[in-house]
Amino acid sequence: MTDDVILQVKDLKTYFKLDEGLLKAVDGVSFDIKKGRTLGIVGESGSGKSVTNLAIMKLIPSPPGWIAGGEVLLHGKDILKMSDTEIREIRGNKISMIFQDPMTCLNPFLRISTQMIETIVLHQGLDKKAAKDKAIEMLKLAGIPAPEKRIDQYPHQFSGGMRQRVMIAMALSCNPEILIADEPTTALDVTIQAQILELINELSERLGTAVILITHSLGVVAGMCDEICVMYAGRIVEKANADQIFGEPKHPYTMGLIKSVPRLDKTTKERLYSIPGQPPNVINLPDCCPFFPRCEYAKDICKQKYPPVSGISTGRSVACWLYGGGN
Amino acid sequence: MAKYIIRRLLSLIPTMFIIITLSFFLIRVAPGGPFSGEKGLPEQVQQNLLKKYHMDEPLFRQYLRYFGDVLIGNFGPSLRYKESSVNELIAQGFPNSIILGTVALALATFAGICVGILSALKQNRWQDYSAMSLAVIGISVPLFVIGPVLQLVFAMNLKWLPVSGWIFSRAGLKTLILPALTLAFPYFAYIARLSRASILEVLRSDYVRTARSKGLSEGIVIRRHVLKGALLPIVSYLGPAFAGIITGSIVVESIFFIPGIGKIFVQSALNRDYPLIMGEVIVYSLFLVTMNFLVDVLYGFLDPRIAYK
Ligand SMILES: Nc1ncnc2c1ncn2[C@@H]1O[C@H](COP(=O)(O)OP(=O)(O)O)[C@@H](O)[C@H]1O
Ligand SMILES: [Mg+2]
Repeated sequence: MTDDVILQVKDLKTYFKLDEGLLKAVDGVSFDIKKGRTLGIVGESGSGKSVTNLAIMKLIPSPPGWIAGGEVLLHGKDILKMSDTEIREIRGNKISMIFQDPMTCLNPFLRISTQMIETIVLHQGLDKKAAKDKAIEMLKLAGIPAPEKRIDQYPHQFSGGMRQRVMIAMALSCNPEILIADEPTTALDVTIQAQILELINELSERLGTAVILITHSLGVVAGMCDEICVMYAGRIVEKANADQIFGEPKHPYTMGLIKSVPRLDKTTKERLYSIPGQPPNVINLPDCCPFFPRCEYAKDICKQKYPPVSGISTGRSVACWLYGGGN
Repeated sequence: MAKYIIRRLLSLIPTMFIIITLSFFLIRVAPGGPFSGEKGLPEQVQQNLLKKYHMDEPLFRQYLRYFGDVLIGNFGPSLRYKESSVNELIAQGFPNSIILGTVALALATFAGICVGILSALKQNRWQDYSAMSLAVIGISVPLFVIGPVLQLVFAMNLKWLPVSGWIFSRAGLKTLILPALTLAFPYFAYIARLSRASILEVLRSDYVRTARSKGLSEGIVIRRHVLKGALLPIVSYLGPAFAGIITGSIVVESIFFIPGIGKIFVQSALNRDYPLIMGEVIVYSLFLVTMNFLVDVLYGFLDPRIAYK
């Protein structure tokens, strides 16, 4: 079982020192990535999803940020303790990332070919000619028509969806073990979102890549993820496999997220549900459940102490005072 | 691209036409005249002088005559330096000013970019603080202070360089150093600040994060992914900078006794030497619009997002 685990994130903490105070953007996050599987990380904007994944790659802008604790074990070896040279061996090679806004994530001054070839040459030791062939092959896989021609163009000559395809092709060009996709469809047209998700799904399956899919909407992860982590204010509040999350959500926040997914089988004219209140300000957060002001089940204890993480069954846990005081 | 260049070149014609016309009439509006300063000139002599230079004719007639001369490249005689034509005066002074301005701007650009890069990469460390303090001095201290201070230190005290003079003298190219440094200083300061800010902005950009996430070394990230985008704003600053540096050279030329066009320019304005003023305005403007044009074309080559139609 554990042989399948490629990456273990253990109690990861990432803080930012801001003028307003200490921002604990990620505060004790743990999860495992298994070979070829897809993990969804879901939460409202500002909950620390991007920071978690930038920390895995040690890409936190510093100052103001730093990794305040935890381990990121890739095949048992802690990435956070590696030298810069060792980490560069991993970035783009073992773990690659694609980001939210394909319009700004490609360098506007360099041809697609330059940007793709540099990665392949760096990690695969191919010469430029072979690297270009490989790049063209990846673009073709990613569904870009006439890739031999398109590869010599600049990013502005591509539409948003096409640019995200280029990003995917580039990210997968060195056969990474893990692809981190940070809200890959949020900036795209609705019609294109499904195509991009389908592409990630299909390519990762074909290449055997594990995927971390970050999103703020449970609807996006529904069909794609094996496991789901729900994040709130820098912590994972519920972790379970996809069926359990949708079938019997435990945390009130997860229930809220599920209710706010638009559903086709409901034909009421009601407005789409949204969780009342605002996402919390996590600067100088006191010890309490940060969700209590928005929670309909809030008790006194919720205002005084962060709930312990209770294991419910293997691989399933929730951090909420509704489920006992831990065990 | 070729089409764009031709169109831009053609658009220089109306621009120059407007400049010539406006200057011609504006100069005449200013009170005084070329001969009114010379006291004691008998009325009859003044009349004869005006007649000699066709200045007794109606203004519009003079304008047409002048325009015709300009079209064949003749700027007419100087009213003050009676032994030389305007063409000769400009041909003597202008190249010196251009040499000084070009050297100064090249110096400012090169040093400014280098210091800007250093500052940005060492943000908030002593290298950054000292470079930016120097830049504040460069921007706030006027040329007529910087020039004499440099003269005092490097020429009078250290005796490394000549106090004044020009490249055709015995001291040769050495004479170029102090005036070029003086003239370059404020532009160096501005370019250093501009490139620092611009590099810092690009360093935070999404595409640089992508480059890092691919495992590229910091050196390659800077050279390949940061510099080009960050230095583009400098290119577009070079056009206006050239305009400024040419104007600034008037001050520097008089501090260092450089036989440039700056000194004649000031004199000609005070003397109401109409043909000389016009000649200088035309040559300057032609030069500046050409520089701006070249900068635009260069920018287009550097930024792939710009499509010339
Ligand atoms: N570079 C940064 N400097 C300061 N604060 C940051 C930075 N990056 C992220 N944060 C803060 O960290 C928190 C988590 O951000 P993020 O992980 O981007 O959220 P999301 O879940 O939307 O991806 C937010 O409060 C955000 O303001
Ligand atoms: Mg995010």
